[in-house]
Amino acid sequence: MDSKQLYQEVILDHNRKPRNWGRLDSPSHHAEGLNPLCGDHIWITLEVSGEQVRNVAFEGQSCAICKASASMMTTNVKGKSVAEVEQLIREFRDMATGKLDVTQEANHLGRLAVFAGVKDLPSRVKCAILPWHTLHAAVNQQASTSTEGEQDPFAEVVGKQ
Amino acid sequence: MSAVAKSAPAVIVGTPPFDLARIRRDFPILDLTVNGRPLAYLDNAASAQMPRPVIDRLIQYETREHANIHRAVHYLSETATAAYEGARGKVRRFLNAREEREVIYTRGATEAINLVMHGYGRKFLTEGDEIIVSQLEHHSNIVPWQMLCGEKGCKLRVIPCDERGVLDLDAYGKLFNGHTRLVAITHVSNALGTINPVKDMIATAHAHGVPVLVDGAQAAPHLAVDVQDLDCDFYCFSAHKLCGPTGMGALYGKAGLLEKMQPFQGGGDMILSVTFEKTVYNVIPHKFEAGTPHIAGAVGLGATMDYLAAIGMDNIAAWEHALLSYATQQFETLDGVRIIGTAPEKAAVLSFEVKGVHPHDVGTMLNEEGVAVRTGHHCAQPVMQRFRVPATARASFAFYNTMAEVDQLVAGIRRVQQMFT
Repeated sequence: MDSKQLYQEVILDHNRKPRNWGRLDSPSHHAEGLNPLCGDHIWITLEVSGEQVRNVAFEGQSCAICKASASMMTTNVKGKSVAEVEQLIREFRDMATGKLDVTQEANHLGRLAVFAGVKDLPSRVKCAILPWHTLHAAVNQQASTSTEGEQDPFAEVVGKQ
Repeated sequence: MSAVAKSAPAVIVGTPPFDLARIRRDFPILDLTVNGRPLAYLDNAASAQMPRPVIDRLIQYETREHANIHRAVHYLSETATAAYEGARGKVRRFLNAREEREVIYTRGATEAINLVMHGYGRKFLTEGDEIIVSQLEHHSNIVPWQMLCGEKGCKLRVIPCDERGVLDLDAYGKLFNGHTRLVAITHVSNALGTINPVKDMIATAHAHGVPVLVDGAQAAPHLAVDVQDLDCDFYCFSAHKLCGPTGMGALYGKAGLLEKMQPFQGGGDMILSVTFEKTVYNVIPHKFEAGTPHIAGAVGLGATMDYLAAIGMDNIAAWEHALLSYATQQFETLDGVRIIGTAPEKAAVLSFEVKGVHPHDVGTMLNEEGVAVRTGHHCAQPVMQRFRVPATARASFAFYNTMAEVDQLVAGIRRVQQMFT
């Protein structure tokens, strides 16, 4: 895996034209995600009704990997149940940290598998995972999350490089 | 000595004042290929590579000379002690300090600053006292002073810089008042490359009776330092940025000040006598070197001083200035690339932004081209805040870099731009 393979056209496209960009007017859930080490900073707003994610939006300042990951995440979680979303968050995290081999094991990631290669670029794993961290925080009613320190819910798997 | 630029004739283009091919052969790591491309190592401000003579000196020490120092009467202990103390003499010459006892070995510049914070700051500063630092400091010359402020109720005052990354000396002069007790400033900005006029700044501080610590971590590798000419009270650097070992560095302090300070750590080697009632501390520099030190690190640092002296710091400065000038010219031909830090006096650091591309993407893509640059906030977040960027990409040159490596960097940036726009 090299970075040319990582920066595939689908990622570059979502970086240029992020989907679901912005903030929802009256979100039921929201969270802010920060990677203080590189300055990636995103906001996610959600409309959850019943147990279903009706709408989702994001905005922020970040690298291409983070922005594309967030953009593709929003298109994937819209319409899913909260339980399905949590399952997807787990699978994405496991793929990015090398615990889930998407070519061998059953999963629901679909086109998100384009991020599998990030596991070989340890310094970039957090870029890809930050939006998913933030979504996890939002659906669990946490206002903010970080890839560092005590706030990092996945420190044990993501923090060690 | 204040400026690398003064000793660097701008006419040097492509012709180093030394045998560059021979020098490059001294650095085994420069032969690497990365992602199928020849390595262009342009992250020297983070850590410089080690030449064969220093590596060989470390092997010689570990295989033929190692024992604990200042202890036994046997052959190896004497040999190791002579090598360790001999290196102190080389550091003294490198800095042009008056006396060897003014050179204290540390783990690096960070530990040296912490030593002064503890030994001087904790002993002499009290509530309401003020410490002046600059906008351009590395975190290592901010955080220790903030810790002291937190403990003692002291105040940190900050010298601002302009859009070029040049410190505002009028504002600096106005920061002094009856409470000012210490100035702690960097000689060269690690994030922008600005060479600060520290000699003048020291004179200003001394006119107010205030001592000055100079963080030389980025200056010592790039220009000839003369602590007597600067008249600084403290000066520190890290060995690994000078092609020496990691975990090693030195603090220079004026003997009179070092003698007044309290020890940093307690333990062996820093004492003359110990009873349960009273301990008598050793004389400087040993008072500040508790425990068995990084002996090999000191020996390696000594070899580094010899290596650099043989090339000549003025020659090093001249070639690095030529690399920086060429890279700056080339960057100015690139649309959508902004150089951050445009001070007239700069060391070989080029921080930049590629419009529309996050620095981490720039760094990852340049790595694909075999080019190693640093991306991030460079442990200088106040600098990033000043220039309203989350991070930058930074190329930093050493004397072993070539014009061809600058070309490789520029070609890499063009490829990044093609890919992302």
